[in-house]
Amino acid sequence: MSSRIGAAQKGLYNLTVMWTFFHKLGSPPWLYGIAGAIVRWLLPLTILALLVGAAWGLLFTSPDFRQGNSYRIIYIHVPSAVVALAGYYVMAIAGAVSLIWRMKMADVAMKAAAPVGAALTFIALFTGALWGKPTWGTWWEWDARITSMLILLFLYLGVVALYEAFDNKEAAGRACAILSLVGMVNIPIIYKSVDWWYSLHQPASIKFSGESAIDSSMLYPLLLMIGAFYALFTCCLLMNMRAELLQRESRTAWVRRLVKPDGPR
Amino acid sequence: MLLRRQLSLAIRRPIEIGNPLVFFAIVVALFPLGIGPASEQLAMIAPGAIWIIALLSSLLTSDSVFRSDFDDGSLEQLLLAPQPLYLSVLAYLCAHWVVTGLLLALVSPVFALMLNLPAEAVGTLMVSLALGTAVLSLVGGIGAALTVGLKRGGMLISLLILPLYIPVLIFGTAAVQAAVSGAPVGPFLALLGAMLSLAIALGPLATAAGLRISIDA
Repeated sequence: MSSRIGAAQKGLYNLTVMWTFFHKLGSPPWLYGIAGAIVRWLLPLTILALLVGAAWGLLFTSPDFRQGNSYRIIYIHVPSAVVALAGYYVMAIAGAVSLIWRMKMADVAMKAAAPVGAALTFIALFTGALWGKPTWGTWWEWDARITSMLILLFLYLGVVALYEAFDNKEAAGRACAILSLVGMVNIPIIYKSVDWWYSLHQPASIKFSGESAIDSSMLYPLLLMIGAFYALFTCCLLMNMRAELLQRESRTAWVRRLVKPDGPR
Repeated sequence: MLLRRQLSLAIRRPIEIGNPLVFFAIVVALFPLGIGPASEQLAMIAPGAIWIIALLSSLLTSDSVFRSDFDDGSLEQLLLAPQPLYLSVLAYLCAHWVVTGLLLALVSPVFALMLNLPAEAVGTLMVSLALGTAVLSLVGGIGAALTVGLKRGGMLISLLILPLYIPVLIFGTAAVQAAVSGAPVGPFLALLGAMLSLAIALGPLATAAGLRISIDA
């Protein structure tokens, strides 16, 4: 009996902890502070990982026996493409959260993710074009994966444009949330496009189960770069969120205190 | 009932039904002028050209699906009405499809002949257009609902929904091209049908949510 009561108490305690966490998550000054703290240690780590990964991949791996040195752009291309897709999930899930539970901070996250994701998609497309010229002999090919990545770019830009078009920012957030959820249809198509349409773009070389089609000496720097790009995305997202929070809360006391610590209250 | 209202409204304004058709005809006429009247060249681009024109005319008309009812406030009444918004939205979009997509599908043989499309592909063209434009109407409804409250919605709606139109375009033209080359068209039509069922199931939900947001804003 007593153990049961203990369990119930523990459950209640967990619930309270979770509740306070959610409660805090909804508080702009707290989120601003914690995002700042995360960026403060994550950003140096990210830069370090990017430098190490880039140096390792670009200088210390052996050239590919068929592609020579041109394959090295993989260390930018693949991470940016992977994170561009993941960023869409972040945006759409944040949008769904803000739509369902009306969490303002999720709305901030969604708005902050869109431009970062658009930039990463652009980098993936641009590096892909640079890589395509020496290996495929063409800058651009209307291949399923390239085309669907282009659509992803348009989806990101559509979210940004729709947000800017609304004067009422609350409605803007909800409209963008719906748009990003509708756009989710595209994501599995991009993932699977290389398997469904066996086209110029090669299928995925890295597999979680089974043998990867890429040598481990090339794989490790690539994984490091992917991790670094995830961290970079997180940093950009949090920094964007901080800027957006300051803008939204510009009339509140805590922002004024932040800007002018000894100004009038 | 709402469907009947929308349709009778459309029939009372025959110009608005006619406009997409005239648009269709004019753009079809632009292709031979721009590309050159060589018939085999035209036949090669015909499936894609007709599909792109259908897509554009659906896009241009979808902007106005909810606009007049939004402006005079009857959309707000509809939101308060007891029947599910899902069905009302479906009625609006169904009416939109009948006066644009279905009509285009019915007259498309004429334009197909003008662009020198082989006769054996005409049936496939009609079926794929009828299926595909229904998807276009349903997807366009989402964009229309999200932008109906905005003053400058026109350009924005194309940015929002054209990316979502692309799969329909791909499989629609693929079906017609398969018919031209004598390959089986069943798979492509089945894919269009699958997209249509997905769009019927989920599209009106997103549209309804978008309308609520636009009314609130």
